[in-house]
Amino acid sequence: MVTASARGGRERGVLASVGLHLGLVTASLIALLPVVWIVLTSIQPRHVWQSTSVEVVRDPTFANYLHVLTETPFLRWFANTLVVAGLTTVVALFLAATTGYAVSRFRFPGMRPLMWSLLITQMFPVAILIVPLYTVLVRLGLINHHLGLTLTYLTIAVPFCAWMLRGYFDTIPTEIDEAGRMDGLTPFGTFWRLVLPLAKPGLAVVGFFAFITAWGEVAFASAFMIDADNFTLAVGLRTQFVAERRAEWGYLSAAAVMIAVPALLVFLGAQRHLEGGLTAGATKT
Amino acid sequence: MTNVATTVQRRRATPARPPRPRAAEPGPLRRFLRTHWYAWALTAPVVIVMSVVIAFPFARGLWLSFTDADRRNVSTRIGENVTPATYEFVGVDNYVAILTGDVGDFWARLTWTVVWTLACVACHFGLGLGLAVMLNRRVALRGVYRAVMILPWAVPPFVSAFIWRYLYQGEYGLFNAALRGMGFPGVEWLGDPFWAKVVVITINVWLGVPFMMVALLGGLQSIPGQLYEAARVDGASPWQQFRHITLPSLRPVAAPVVLIGTIWTFNQFPVIFLVTGGGPARSTDLLVTYAFRLFGDGTYGVASAYGMVILGLLLVLGVIYQRALRREGQAW
Repeated sequence: MVTASARGGRERGVLASVGLHLGLVTASLIALLPVVWIVLTSIQPRHVWQSTSVEVVRDPTFANYLHVLTETPFLRWFANTLVVAGLTTVVALFLAATTGYAVSRFRFPGMRPLMWSLLITQMFPVAILIVPLYTVLVRLGLINHHLGLTLTYLTIAVPFCAWMLRGYFDTIPTEIDEAGRMDGLTPFGTFWRLVLPLAKPGLAVVGFFAFITAWGEVAFASAFMIDADNFTLAVGLRTQFVAERRAEWGYLSAAAVMIAVPALLVFLGAQRHLEGGLTAGATKT
Repeated sequence: MTNVATTVQRRRATPARPPRPRAAEPGPLRRFLRTHWYAWALTAPVVIVMSVVIAFPFARGLWLSFTDADRRNVSTRIGENVTPATYEFVGVDNYVAILTGDVGDFWARLTWTVVWTLACVACHFGLGLGLAVMLNRRVALRGVYRAVMILPWAVPPFVSAFIWRYLYQGEYGLFNAALRGMGFPGVEWLGDPFWAKVVVITINVWLGVPFMMVALLGGLQSIPGQLYEAARVDGASPWQQFRHITLPSLRPVAAPVVLIGTIWTFNQFPVIFLVTGGGPARSTDLLVTYAFRLFGDGTYGVASAYGMVILGLLLVLGVIYQRALRREGQAW
């Protein structure tokens, strides 16, 4: 496919090239600065952050990391967060894929209201559902429980994923379904054996979104998790290291690095698919 | 979400029903069921789950917003003992109280929320588009640039919020240290209402640009190169090419992305909650974080009404946005 990027660098003047790189370097530095700074802070002795002069690392140490890993419930919170985000991803993907496929391939009574209601739930502020969800969870006995939190995260993840997947399914030619039907597959069989495998990149992108949504959610987690044992990272970090007046930046920065690094690796892995996945259905190439 | 602007007419594949060698045509109801049961079976899980976690709570929230429910009069459950709820229907009292400003500081919060949303989305879009256009050229190190610029999106928002809070910290923060190093006095970034607002906007812009950039880059790469070639043959300047090819072609991607970005920004929670906690003196509280605070205070009825008002505002925004697009001939 010939794209706009085919405008080569040959016809660009030196000045334009310098300007382009200057812009990109500036933006990259701004993106990098906080991340680099937190890494530097995390490998310094505990109290260096309290010095009022800024200096680059003197004697690097991993004391902060050791403290966070051994003296705080960090690992437990990490596990909690993984469990909740993982569960949310699996359930949301299943629900979103079936719906997305149905809406993409069939016209059926109730389709439009369904899609509209999914779209509108995107607009729900946290504040609308938080009160009634709280009472619902109390009823079900799921307050302070991973399952309860997973249920609440479905309210965020499913509508978004269903819309995205529907777009992705739209890009898969319907001839494939027709061929499957000719060969005697039921619509379910077609969906399961033919379309889903083809939609893997889309599923990856959407699953990834569901995961990071649950991974970083703050409001529901703050409201519904009561015991420190069940905290997710977002809640735990705030209660553990960011006290009202005194924050333990040394520890916090070590924890931040340990949370951000896995996230970064996943992101870089998914990056190739992101561009196509975000715009699937909006643009046909 | 992003598919709403399909430019190509999609072909529906209503599954071709195999010819049935039966003499009697089934009744219309039977035919109706047979045609649609697959679709309904596929969507049933979503309908069931969403009813439990969205529809039912939403209905309940709507009901609560017309009552004087608070922490003391809702039904509680301690072990086996269930205390019944004693809150009462109060009509639209909560809404009146909110809209007249009696509770919840509504108009000030709304003004700030609108300013915040406009500022953030404008910067997200402008910077995101600028960077996407740069990255869409043939540039050395393109992959490196892109990987680095995606960082702010990859770091979980709550972690970023803590990092920025540290950078802006009055005494030990990097920015104040830099200012002092240049001989200026430090700024109490998070202690002053004006600066606190500037701070949360900059943080949210930093967080949100990569998403826009990636989405728009995807859109840019799907614009056929022939369009630009033709324009160049006709002697169009780079600016004219951008104005008459790039922008119009991006619209199908940009329209839904901007709408969802606006909704997310309007309802942005972690940045405010974790960086300033709504302070100083509640000046940085958005409508959403304020409603969360009302919930925390235990005034459930008022908090629900507040939430409903926010939803109403967003619905109006969505409808206006769609109308505007339709007038431009971009119906979705």
